[in-house]
Amino acid sequence: MWMTVIVASLGTYLEKLLGYLLPHSFLERESIRRMTGLLPVSLLAALVVVQTFAVEAAVSIDARLIGLTVAFIALLLRAPFIVVVLLAAVSTALIRWIGWLP
Amino acid sequence: MKSSTNREIHLNALSIGLATGAYALSFGAISIASGLDFWQTQTLSLFMFTGASQFALVGVLGAGGGALVAVVTALLLGARNSLYSLSLSPVLQLRKGHIPVAAQLTIDESTGMAFKYSDSRTSSRRAFFATGISVYVLWNIGTALGSLGASQLSDPGMLGLDAAIPAGFLALLWPRLVNSSSTENRRMIAVAVISGLVAFLLIPMLRPGLPVLASALVAVGASLMWGKKEQPCG
Repeated sequence: MWMTVIVASLGTYLEKLLGYLLPHSFLERESIRRMTGLLPVSLLAALVVVQTFAVEAAVSIDARLIGLTVAFIALLLRAPFIVVVLLAAVSTALIRWIGWLP
Repeated sequence: MKSSTNREIHLNALSIGLATGAYALSFGAISIASGLDFWQTQTLSLFMFTGASQFALVGVLGAGGGALVAVVTALLLGARNSLYSLSLSPVLQLRKGHIPVAAQLTIDESTGMAFKYSDSRTSSRRAFFATGISVYVLWNIGTALGSLGASQLSDPGMLGLDAAIPAGFLALLWPRLVNSSSTENRRMIAVAVISGLVAFLLIPMLRPGLPVLASALVAVGASLMWGKKEQPCG
């Protein structure tokens, strides 16, 4: 675990540093700019889906989906980050406590 | 005039720091729930210090995705920071000695603030460093409090912490879908929906963690496709 933490931290630091060392003309490559803009969108959307539905390598519909729905509504209502996350956790815990979904 | 701008910058930096500090609480808690210990969690906030990558790393590890997949996902998410430092470099015009520190503080929030005040180099630098330092300090305090809190719990699932993870990712994704022009928004939403769908379909077919990496191909494909369409002017 420590190895993973250290390698990942070093890697993301080098990513940050890289831009200060490269010539600015690199930015004029439209394809690079567009791709780095789209990557977080793809990865974050996939992470939302996987963390909501996956249990190991199987799909499961459970109380997490209620939490995500509540988070979605909270975001539509422009709630701040911490409120969104808290509401998702509390609603999921509540659904489990009632026993509607695992 | 000048001191009122400075005050405004400092106030903005502080409130951005407080907001991100609050969500560092959830990072700390989620990291513990994913199986990292207190110091591993704190090391990520001290040295990785880029929210989305940190959430992704612990999320993939917690889901059993393995170290390599977790690191690659975190690095792909962190690639945008290279873009930030590349575009900040001519705005801030930093001395060589300041670059190692500035690099660590290069994140969504500090970059946004530096560009907001980019009319003046001094203000831009001040906005960048004030925001970066404020977020750094409060992000780390928030992480420590969150992971200490979660260490007291016996079963994180009981408190719905497992649902806090996708909710956190959705909240990180949200501003990228709603904050740009309408054509850009529709494209972003299309990429997000297709990526989510691809990942969903791949869950039963691939090892945990890999569906997320595979979805990166959607971003690559979309940027090549839209790139070609817009080529005619050179």
